[in-house]
Amino acid sequence: MTRTPRPGTHRARPWLTLSATVAALALSLSSCGSGDSGGSDSGGSADSGLRPVTLQLQWVAQAQFAGYYAALDQGYYADEGLDVEIVEGGPDIVPQDVLAAGDVDYAISWVPKVLGSIEQGAGITDVAQIFERSATTQVSFKDKDITSPADFAGKNVGSWGYGNEWELFAGMQKDGVELGDINLVQQAFDMNALLAGDIDVAQAMTYNEYAQVLETVNPDTGELYQPEDLNVVDWNDIGTAMLQDAIWAQSAELDDPAYADQTVAFIKASIKGWVYARDNAQEAADIVTAAGSQLGTSHQLWMTNEVNKLIWPSTDGVGLVDQAAWDQTVDIAMATKNETGATIITEAPPETAYSNEYVEKALKALRTEGVDVDGAGYTPIEVTLNEGGN
Amino acid sequence: MTGSTTLTRRVRQLCLGLLGVLLLAALWDLYKAFGPEAGVTVGEQTLVLPRTTDLAMPHTWEMLQRLTEPVTSARDAPSALSAVLDASGFTLGIAARGWLIGVVVGLVLALLMSRFRTAESALLPWVVLSQTVPLIAIAPLVRRWGSALSFGGFEWTSEHSVSVIAAYLAFFPVAVGALRGLKSPDRTHVDLMTAYGVGWWRSLVSLRLPSSVPFLLPALRLSAASAVIGTVVAEVSISLRGGIGRMVVEFAQSAGGDPAKAWAPIFGAVLVGLVAAGAVGLLGLALRPFALTEPVR
Repeated sequence: MTRTPRPGTHRARPWLTLSATVAALALSLSSCGSGDSGGSDSGGSADSGLRPVTLQLQWVAQAQFAGYYAALDQGYYADEGLDVEIVEGGPDIVPQDVLAAGDVDYAISWVPKVLGSIEQGAGITDVAQIFERSATTQVSFKDKDITSPADFAGKNVGSWGYGNEWELFAGMQKDGVELGDINLVQQAFDMNALLAGDIDVAQAMTYNEYAQVLETVNPDTGELYQPEDLNVVDWNDIGTAMLQDAIWAQSAELDDPAYADQTVAFIKASIKGWVYARDNAQEAADIVTAAGSQLGTSHQLWMTNEVNKLIWPSTDGVGLVDQAAWDQTVDIAMATKNETGATIITEAPPETAYSNEYVEKALKALRTEGVDVDGAGYTPIEVTLNEGGN
Repeated sequence: MTGSTTLTRRVRQLCLGLLGVLLLAALWDLYKAFGPEAGVTVGEQTLVLPRTTDLAMPHTWEMLQRLTEPVTSARDAPSALSAVLDASGFTLGIAARGWLIGVVVGLVLALLMSRFRTAESALLPWVVLSQTVPLIAIAPLVRRWGSALSFGGFEWTSEHSVSVIAAYLAFFPVAVGALRGLKSPDRTHVDLMTAYGVGWWRSLVSLRLPSSVPFLLPALRLSAASAVIGTVVAEVSISLRGGIGRMVVEFAQSAGGDPAKAWAPIFGAVLVGLVAAGAVGLLGLALRPFALTEPVR
């Protein structure tokens, strides 16, 4: 080792330079760190007399959860004595696990996804089945001529996986198409694979990915793609729809009268929020955007409208678990095999997996207040999508 | 070396840097113009060169132009550029905190390991092992454990979780680099210290720390890069609002209808990486006089 003395470097100066550099860096960093800390949507403070309640969503803020954001914005939760904090989800957040671990009070998740968790020991209960219908479809361009699961054979079929694939598999099974007959393709968050032709028939939620296609310019016409350009296989029509967004609560806690009452209050206010979203779709979409959603305005309104269609009109009142639909979901969960030969669950879920007790109380209270919880006369609005959803 | 030649060199470096960026942009658009529309595939489906459609590869100027347009058509929507800059600042702040924690933890570990042989045998395998745990597995766990924490007026937020995850990646290069640096002095120098009867602290300050500087500088830079990656990935993983990671996921939604928009956060991520590397470079300049040897070029 050779020491090369640096001419003119006095021992005190490097320290000065170093501390000056560190100080300057620290200063500039602290200024950009404190910019905006838009973390959570924490409501009021604890001393407002409201009960703090946290709700875990299964994705980031978007109109799929318009009812909850509307209930928060319109003060419905506060009216019920609840100080609700909505916690956003993300790609690696599993709402039912967060709920089962006791980190939140309620969670939004799909029934088939939760059934697997329940079989593995998660003690949670579906206390309000908000979405009555399934929004999952497989879409393809007209020229592929894919109108039923039977046509999937030999095609590149897209799916997001992670529990989003079961209706697809069940539908194929129903039409006698084996998993070996198709080429299952892992789908990304965008629809580019369908647009580029890598996927023949892609998974799409009516409220999101389907709209993404309709927001794209068709290179052949120079205009946006139109619904007439697409074939849609809707699992509600095929008969393999599974129950989707539901409010889940902690089963063990429901024995506690305070938590049970709070659950009724929470469901009541949430349904009121969904009623608001039904009657004021544009305002509800704006509330979600104001809550931090980055979706384009026309896309947000489209999503609100499509989600409304999943809820309204409601057969027996929003949130009631329909026995037949529940049984269909459970049957598919037990009988449908995925590519590894596994099923979601191996035996019927326990009694505690769902309960209409709390939503019935909430609906009764709402009906007494004169709130229309059936939406029998509901008609969806017309939404014009802009390029890119903007 | 006179001041003016240094200046000329700096200007030349800057020009070369700019030229590199321009070259990359030119390469992008040249490939887009002359490359096959369907991309280049090997075998049946393995795409080795991308498609050149507007969907897959927007023009560079479209991507730049998109930055100047509003993020959404909402009335008070900021321009994409300012949204990206905001998000970049947010991510940079978190990454910096993570980096700082990582550097402190890494240095402490390295000191421990260089001081006690037992500590080295006991810790080093774990340090290496820690980096094999996939980030997406620990991110939700850290968030959940963290959310249970609150002491005094301090409340743990998802931001802290992301910082911790960034630190988890950032500490590794520092721990390993500093350890090598601290053990780098020649046997003869260490013996000399021992012969003078100098204690551990004194030899640390006057021999080991200075000789670790050349090893520390690349380690610090590497750990800055790791901190940025950790921050962005953790932001995606737990969808922390405000940063580049979440923006990547959210803007990806418009990849079909508004392809240029999806690229905006990518520029933000590049920017964050550049600023982080630059800041550590500055720190390196300030540290260099402490080095016993010139860093190996």
